[in-house]
Amino acid sequence: MSQNTRPHNDNEAWDLIIKGKQGIFALHLKDLWRYRDLLFMFVKRDFVSFYKQTILGPLWFFIQPLFTTLVFTFVFGNLAGISADGLPHQLFYLCGITAWNYFADCLTKTSTVFKDNTNIFGKVYFPRLIMPLSIVVSNLVRFGVQLLLLIAMMGYFSLYPMPNTSFQLTEGIFLFPFLVVLMALLGLGLGLIITAITTKYKDLTFLVTFGVQLMMYATSVIYPLSYIQPEYKKWIAWNPMTTIIEAFRYAFLGKGEFTTYSLLYTTGVTFVVLFLGILIFNKTERTFVDTI
Amino acid sequence: MPRTVIEVHQLSKAYQIGQIGTGTISRDLERFVVTKILRRDDPFLKVGEVNDRTVKSDSDIVWSLRDINFDVQEGNAVGIIGKNGAGKSTLLKLLSRVTAPTTGEIRIKGRIASLLEVGTGFHPELTGRENIYLNGAILGMRKKEIDRKIDEIIAFSGCERYIDTPVKRYSSGMTVRLAFAVAAHLEPEILVVDEVLAVGDAEFQKKAIGKMQDISKGEGRTVLFVSHDMTAIHALTDSVIILKNGECSDRMPTDEGIQQYLASNLSQSSGKLIRKSDGDLYVERFLINSDEVNYTQIPSGDPLRMQFFLNKPITAQEASSLAFYVVFRNELNYPVFTVSNRYDAHAQVSDSGQVQSIECLVPAMALAEGKYTAKTWMAFKGGFCDEITDAFEVDVLASNFYHTGQMPIARKHGAFLLNQNWTLK
Repeated sequence: MSQNTRPHNDNEAWDLIIKGKQGIFALHLKDLWRYRDLLFMFVKRDFVSFYKQTILGPLWFFIQPLFTTLVFTFVFGNLAGISADGLPHQLFYLCGITAWNYFADCLTKTSTVFKDNTNIFGKVYFPRLIMPLSIVVSNLVRFGVQLLLLIAMMGYFSLYPMPNTSFQLTEGIFLFPFLVVLMALLGLGLGLIITAITTKYKDLTFLVTFGVQLMMYATSVIYPLSYIQPEYKKWIAWNPMTTIIEAFRYAFLGKGEFTTYSLLYTTGVTFVVLFLGILIFNKTERTFVDTI
Repeated sequence: MPRTVIEVHQLSKAYQIGQIGTGTISRDLERFVVTKILRRDDPFLKVGEVNDRTVKSDSDIVWSLRDINFDVQEGNAVGIIGKNGAGKSTLLKLLSRVTAPTTGEIRIKGRIASLLEVGTGFHPELTGRENIYLNGAILGMRKKEIDRKIDEIIAFSGCERYIDTPVKRYSSGMTVRLAFAVAAHLEPEILVVDEVLAVGDAEFQKKAIGKMQDISKGEGRTVLFVSHDMTAIHALTDSVIILKNGECSDRMPTDEGIQQYLASNLSQSSGKLIRKSDGDLYVERFLINSDEVNYTQIPSGDPLRMQFFLNKPITAQEASSLAFYVVFRNELNYPVFTVSNRYDAHAQVSDSGQVQSIECLVPAMALAEGKYTAKTWMAFKGGFCDEITDAFEVDVLASNFYHTGQMPIARKHGAFLLNQNWTLK
């Protein structure tokens, strides 16, 4: 059927060729760059619309981690008596929650990107990848704000130290930018895979909401990795997020268990997931409007 | 010769209709094995058939578009017309890259922007100004570009006063104005437009059509325009493509295309009258200038006699509560004039006490050359009772109406021929 029946000059410079089939590696990254302004418009939109018509405005960014920390301190620290590795409990949880939240937000929000944007995607073309990328950047802003809370709390605890606890900023802080990028990309990659699959099979949507919650318990957010018995430890260590959280905690508070090897492992997993995610997403975006 | 800017080549798009869900995994696996591993043709595309909305079929794959070929040259304004489900929207979706074709390809030169719906991505919480930036960026404008044009856009929208108010406080008309204003300032080489003009008030529609004319005629850009509104198609385009059941006609001049399209619609309805009846009383048959026909030709200025026969007699007393209307529409389906027994102060009712036929004489069909389609509409005892859409067609032929040998052209000068007195002093 694709036999050419009409003469046309292939040497002509066409700016755009829309074809039925295209290679899986045709990623249109140039387009992505051309639409970079749009990415920041989306980020701005998310940020502005978040606090419009609220009294507390951006303060809401603080409230969720603050209350979660208080509840965790009470339940896991006081009632269950789980170790905090010699750190003040509040700091221990806040540190884990801040990092985990960023990853979890990136994952859950990108995992519904097709579903949430069917309307706009069905009307106009722009590189679809802009949308998940804008989510990652929007959440980065939020993460930055929440980080301020952590720093404020660290300031408080160094002025009024809790008995039998100590913490300090370490040289691991230089890893911080790298850790943030890893979290963002891992969340993004997983989210892309999930959103692509959910355009056809909705089942996964249900899994994500509670799956992310359960995954938090399989990551060393509410307990230090060093606290785990060796036979379980290797399982928890398989989780790439564990290394990130541990390294994050080491950077800010001076306690955490990770090695160069585990960091390399996490980096490897992240890039494989991200690569797969982009490929699947790219393949799905071309026709998802027809199936969603 | 102007260069070709769009080349559509053997373009097809198949859709799966019905439920998508059960059995998709097994089907996807089978499809994957057959096409990717065995490298054969996709088994699910073979069963496809022509997309006729009205015919039920077992196959759940339809070809919304099949082997579409056409070229568009720089500066052309091309209309795409067709009935619902003919594939117009699918074609636009493919052109604007919202979804990908199943087979075939489209080649494009220059930047293409599509307005499948204005105001896509408007966020209710953001102000008008913020939304201009957001919407502009979604449509592919750079921020610098919007900075440069923002004043012009705001002025065009006519929403200056509300520009720093959240869009959720806007009326729907204002939202559309703002959205169209952004779109109109896109300046792509190729603009694809889908019925955006159906919204907004008359003043704004005029402005919108004017702007589109500027874009295609004044600035020499290429415009693809899809609409059911033949007046807009006529005003904006110089050639059209007719889509029918996913297949496309050759490109033809707009006048010819519209006529062919309307004629193909008429021919489908001829033979049986499309009527809506809501009671026991209806028009059983009718005579046009004494012939039982549904098409007649008369020279401009000649009389038209219409006789309608009811299925059963009514009493002369009941007849006083009968309202009968005949609405004449032009080729673009716009009403031109209406006659009714209610408009005749001296309407006569027979003395015999019974009424079974309704007769109307128009002494002079003072209309410009063209085809006029008549619809009958009847109400009895205060309620609607019968309607025949496209009851008959009157083909008014050019004549020496004014005795000057001069005749206005309906499309340019309007449909009516009125007697007039001129003095040149």
